[in-house]
Amino acid sequence: MNVAKRTFDAVIVGAGGAGLRAALQLSESGLKTAVLTKVFPTRSHTVAAQGGVAASLGNSTEDNWHWHMYDTVKGSDWLGDQDAIEFMCKKANEVVIELEHYGMPFDRTDNGKIYQRPFGGHSMNYGQAPVMRSCAAADRTGHAMLHALYQRNVRANTQFFVEWMALDLIRDGDGDVIGVTAMEMETGEVSIFHSKATIFATGGAGRIYHSSTNAFINTGDGLGMAARAGIPLEDMEFWQFHPTGVAGAGVLITEGVRGEGGILRNASGERFMERYAPNLKDLASRDIVSRAMTTEINEGRGCGPDKDHVLLDITHLSPENIMKRLPGIREISIQFAGVDPIKAPIPVVPTCHYQMGGIPTNYKGQVVVPHEGNPNSPVVGFYAAGECACTSVHGANRLGTNSLLDLLVFGKSAGETVVEDLQSGQLALKPLPANAADVSLARLARLESQTGGESVFEVGADMRRSMQRHAGVFRFDHLLKEGVQQIAEIAERVKRTEIADKSKVWNVARMEALELDNLIEVARATIVSAEARKESRGAHVRDDALDTAENPNGRDDANWLKHTLWYSEGDRLDYKPVNLKPLSDDVEPIALAKRTY
Amino acid sequence: MIKRTVNFKIYRYDPDKDEKPYMQDISVQLEPSDKKLLDALVRLRAKDDSMSFRRSCREGVCGSDAMNINGKNGLACLTDVDALSQPITLRPLPGLPVIRDLIVDMTQFFKQYHSIKPYLVNNDPAPERERLQTPEDREELNGLYECILCACCSTSCPSFWWNPDKFVGPAGLLNAYRFLADTRDQDTNARLDDLEDPYRLFRCHSIMNCVDVCPKGLNPTRAIGKIKDMMVRRAV
Repeated sequence: MNVAKRTFDAVIVGAGGAGLRAALQLSESGLKTAVLTKVFPTRSHTVAAQGGVAASLGNSTEDNWHWHMYDTVKGSDWLGDQDAIEFMCKKANEVVIELEHYGMPFDRTDNGKIYQRPFGGHSMNYGQAPVMRSCAAADRTGHAMLHALYQRNVRANTQFFVEWMALDLIRDGDGDVIGVTAMEMETGEVSIFHSKATIFATGGAGRIYHSSTNAFINTGDGLGMAARAGIPLEDMEFWQFHPTGVAGAGVLITEGVRGEGGILRNASGERFMERYAPNLKDLASRDIVSRAMTTEINEGRGCGPDKDHVLLDITHLSPENIMKRLPGIREISIQFAGVDPIKAPIPVVPTCHYQMGGIPTNYKGQVVVPHEGNPNSPVVGFYAAGECACTSVHGANRLGTNSLLDLLVFGKSAGETVVEDLQSGQLALKPLPANAADVSLARLARLESQTGGESVFEVGADMRRSMQRHAGVFRFDHLLKEGVQQIAEIAERVKRTEIADKSKVWNVARMEALELDNLIEVARATIVSAEARKESRGAHVRDDALDTAENPNGRDDANWLKHTLWYSEGDRLDYKPVNLKPLSDDVEPIALAKRTY
Repeated sequence: MIKRTVNFKIYRYDPDKDEKPYMQDISVQLEPSDKKLLDALVRLRAKDDSMSFRRSCREGVCGSDAMNINGKNGLACLTDVDALSQPITLRPLPGLPVIRDLIVDMTQFFKQYHSIKPYLVNNDPAPERERLQTPEDREELNGLYECILCACCSTSCPSFWWNPDKFVGPAGLLNAYRFLADTRDQDTNARLDDLEDPYRLFRCHSIMNCVDVCPKGLNPTRAIGKIKDMMVRRAV
């Protein structure tokens, strides 16, 4: 196959929030930049975010970044790196105000400022009471944000390669990253994008689970590419199950519903969160609420004929308020649950939503790996931001509205770092090895010639069912061990997937087979990392990690206050310390404590 | 809901092997959990992996899976499969070049969107905080900013079919009004100048197909009317 070569200062893979925010820094600096994206930019999954973006603007209640930082560290169950968390919370106001200046249609307070609503786990005065920190555009914040960012990129003349799927990361003999291979969907042709800097902003991989709020495109492409190229994945055992996915459909219902006053009820109509989180109740953080719901269902207090869900009730809110603040939720509820929430409560279940782990990065957006005794040694030429990156600001559990903030702050930061590294001459265009496209071409050739294999649909469905059963809201040692075995077997089947469609033109079957190659790396990383972590922390909760004085909520800081690093080759695990030290002297480290809400 | 079989008639064309497009009769058995047309299409793909269409969010916000469903443009993910008369006839969005099966080339559509300068223009020095906007002024953007660029409207518009290179089309014009209506934007005159043209704006003949098909319930015809009002008010 003929492989064309294109050369750029920087290549960004992914055009969701993080990719578009990074692209702005580069385009406005006049650097020759290519943004590769599998879908037209406004189709990226940032579009589906609903409830808001966190910033301590204090427009409706008193607030400051110290409180936000405390909530984020506590929410992370102390697995988040405090330097990155300080950086993010301090930068929040700046990036949200920038977005408003770009034209983002935020809702407004009566005095014309950005409207803010309460959200899970966000509090004033270190956990005392809910705070209004989530900056919102009705319940379509992600849509409004993604379009505003795309529009600003249109103004900046950013060069997009739309419907190009990145295939593999190119590293040279020194291990430096010098670009990617990518396939144009319309022609099926493969090109090399040779660059001085490569930024991954490829989003999450929620499609490893059967029941997921995630879009079809969320297949962990960046994680798969990184893992195959020898980069470890960090903290992949931590997956967020959002409390309120529409039962049966999986479609997201924002936590903003509870921020606006929504209440979760069990079969007897009880507001059960009062028992689990007496202080923040329905606005406790997501891991806590999802476990409470699962416990209610497991103990027979679920709703419906099969007692398999709980109810999210906003019937006590005024119809005007629902129409004004939650119009999209009403549409989704009518469409996917057959329920008008003005009149009846919405059936909901915890649903896979967000990947806390990812490609290890620091707060500058540089990808960092262990090298010669340094656990955080930057990989030359390689950067990542957004859900695909593990910075790590979310640690073991992300707070709602911190993901849109993450992609703004670290998308911008990665872009700024690349601009600095390019303008200072630190990054040069390194020579392309002769075999730069060989890995990708071999994967494609294998698909072309495979016979006697299984369909992508079947193998993918088995992977999703296995992950759902073995690595869910609660985790059990015997299921995790069985899961490791099963996923290893499925990974072997992934190597022999077969497609019937061999067309060169917009071949969805080929795309889905290549996506499954990425998903299975993420599934392996998740199950192997989860089986190994013998404690409960944030979203990773084992039934055999007991709540004791030394191990509050089953969290074992003496042995497990550390980040997991999973390497694809041989499923090897390594660990590195959590950074408990903030970036500056403006704030004391947030000391370890038992998490209660 | 139970297991049931649905029958389709689907436009197929793969330029790599087909000399010309054809309509394929195909049926598929649905699982009880399959409710939307998109669920049925995914089920169909498990049977025939060459069946090609775009899809992503499956909840009506990304705008990927627009197609012509029993003669009317819509999103597969928001269409109840059991409400459709069979055989369910699926064609690509009308008026745009077909790449393959239900996948159209949207270049012309996005070109028109880009032509209206779809970004806020405000040349004042950026203030330290947000630019203020009253809730009432912000409300003017409702019904406009929610556009998902799915192209259901523009590809149901006869004026766009005849002049896709000259007429901005309902989606582009709705977005043009989104910026005209924004109190923070300072480019009103230039925006109106750009649209004051026999084709760009005035090819709209209020046929209102756009309103009929918009999966988000938006009203491009009303937005176009408001742009015309602004032109009239500017002239007097």
